Amino acid sequence: MGNTAYKDHAALSAGFNRDEGRVDWHDQTLWFVRQKRDRLSQGIPDWEDLREAASAIKSHTLSNIDTYLETFEKNALANGIHIHWAPDAVSHNQTVLEILQRHNISQLVKSKSMLTEECHLNDFLEQRGLEVTDTDLGERIVQLAKEPPSHIVLPCIHKKKEEIGELFHVHLGTPAGLADPQQLTEAARQDLRKRFLTRRAALTGVNFAIAETGEFVVCTNEGNADMGAHLADVHIASMGFEKVIPGRKELGIFLRLLARSATGQPITTYSSHFARPRDGQELHLILVDNGRSRQLGRDDFRASLKCIRCGACMNTCPVYRRSGGHSYHTAVAGPIGSILAPNLDMAQFKDLPFASTLCGSCSNVCPVKINIHEQLYKWRQVLVRHGHTDTKKTAAMKAMAYTLSRPALLNFAGKSLRFALRYAPLAINNPLNPWYRQRDMPAAPAETFAAWYHKNRKGANR
Amino acid sequence: MITESKAHAGRRGKIGLFVPCYVDQFYPSAAIATLNLLEKLGYDVGFPSGQTCCGQPLANSGYEHLTAPVNNHFISLFAGYDYIVGPSGSCVLHIKEHLHGMQEAEAARIRSRVFELVEFLTDVAKVNSLRAHFPYRVGLHQSCHGQRGLGLSSMSERTLPAFSKPAQLLSLVAGLELVPLDRIDECCGFGGTFCVTEEAVSAKMGKDRVADHLKNGAEYITGADLSCLMHMEGILKRQKSQVKVLHIAEILNAETIHATV
Repeated sequence: MGNTAYKDHAALSAGFNRDEGRVDWHDQTLWFVRQKRDRLSQGIPDWEDLREAASAIKSHTLSNIDTYLETFEKNALANGIHIHWAPDAVSHNQTVLEILQRHNISQLVKSKSMLTEECHLNDFLEQRGLEVTDTDLGERIVQLAKEPPSHIVLPCIHKKKEEIGELFHVHLGTPAGLADPQQLTEAARQDLRKRFLTRRAALTGVNFAIAETGEFVVCTNEGNADMGAHLADVHIASMGFEKVIPGRKELGIFLRLLARSATGQPITTYSSHFARPRDGQELHLILVDNGRSRQLGRDDFRASLKCIRCGACMNTCPVYRRSGGHSYHTAVAGPIGSILAPNLDMAQFKDLPFASTLCGSCSNVCPVKINIHEQLYKWRQVLVRHGHTDTKKTAAMKAMAYTLSRPALLNFAGKSLRFALRYAPLAINNPLNPWYRQRDMPAAPAETFAAWYHKNRKGANR
Repeated sequence: MITESKAHAGRRGKIGLFVPCYVDQFYPSAAIATLNLLEKLGYDVGFPSGQTCCGQPLANSGYEHLTAPVNNHFISLFAGYDYIVGPSGSCVLHIKEHLHGMQEAEAARIRSRVFELVEFLTDVAKVNSLRAHFPYRVGLHQSCHGQRGLGLSSMSERTLPAFSKPAQLLSLVAGLELVPLDRIDECCGFGGTFCVTEEAVSAKMGKDRVADHLKNGAEYITGADLSCLMHMEGILKRQKSQVKVLHIAEILNAETIHATV
């Protein structure tokens, strides 16, 4: 937002690829997570049935979202939770600010919430003089680096331990050159502990909101959401409204899928249920739309709202692994981000549906069976129809369509290309041809198959 | 819809040979091998002249709305055949998923009768022996559109029984040794126009895919999709590698040593 020099995914990932050793390391790290996920999912005989069930529950819930949200609100209110509805990011951020101001609170701890990234809450609060401490270790690291997370589950997966050591040396006073993960984690722990004990407000995300009980569930491996929420006078939880599910019975299916898909663990370390504030505490829940009802109204893209934010599509995506999360220039990177972001702003995210080979692996790993690669294809059509393409490309495509329905013209074009490759290769093999930068052109055979066929199988046509 | 002359001319049915544009221009030997293989199996194979392209480059670029004339041209060429067979999984998948036109009934018939060569050989022709001989170590590239789109092989992300139609056919070739790969079905990064619009990532993906085959000792890289192979060939040649790419049809048709045009 507000950036003057717009760089698209192709340009940003080309930047990432300037350090090939780092690309290899990034790719192998995420591939390791994908393999863990494979092993764990293959250990469950009814894995595909679980995915099917989860997908069906989400379809059902999204089709009846009004009823489920009202039921949830009623039960949550009865539990003593304050409910706020936020139509957009600004309204969400404003709600958080007002709650904090009412309590004269200027510092808060925050556990992982991709929604607050989507709403740019940290910037909003910091610009108004408040201090936010991200308490998930990965998020703390990127916060110290003044960067956004590059992955929704593994926010600092793009950083090497030596770089984290350098950051901690500057910000937390660890010895220079320290790169031992255990010692660095301990340093972060000590620093965070002080903050947990002194901050009066905690903000958490929400993984699932259960309509029948009015409670919500927050999953973390570090227990940082619990640490924050249990110590704070005010607990604020932020959720996209699509996080609602019918009941606890359905929750079990999602919990089995979530951790296995995300990190290849059998279960998340902490799956904490928040039903009511403890005595003397205030518990607020903000239900955010921010484009979700618009997406719900798009037939082709509604299923994207089934997402449970496991990140499996990122780990499996061969493009994500080799371009890094920041190349997607949006809060939720990777394949799922590429079908969510254009709904928020077509002009800004018009490049993302094209940042894919449509290999389809994302749809295969998705625990709620979102047809991600088909939606990428469909977004391409929508973006072009809405004019989010450049005129040169449109002209080229029109010329291509014209040629492809005229065999003689195509034959002439093909002949010219082969002729050039044979007799004037420099016309094609030059740095202006993006193919040629790292790849040779195919050899140009003397004749096409059609010519060969005409010569060798004359009269056999049709 | 099926005319007598076309439908029952061959012993086993009449095939319309679909030769994608870039195969026609750059890899005629793969198309010749495809033709020879199908004829050896007793099919009557026709090659409708005036073929252009399936329209996939337009559609994948977001211009599916411009494909109508290309689609109608395709339908007019391939109407009436018992089967339409092409040596390219990606183009076949595009036809299967997106071919519509003025003659919608005929378009639907083509969508249900278009086959990529490998699946035609295993599922329709039920090939269980071949007279092929290819004494080399071969790496099999599972092209995504063939594998995940057409279901030519099981996929490493799914928890379903393992199978591979191309590997099944290659196992019938005398002397051929299939090399194992570290990542059995990773995308090569070709991706149609992706290969130029996202040049950096595309080339890196191609280099990584080729490296896996080289590391595991492949002398040839084969597959059911020449577009992926063309991309990997470009990288191999740039690296001055002796390893070659070869469409699977040329291996399955290699009775002595593979033919070159």
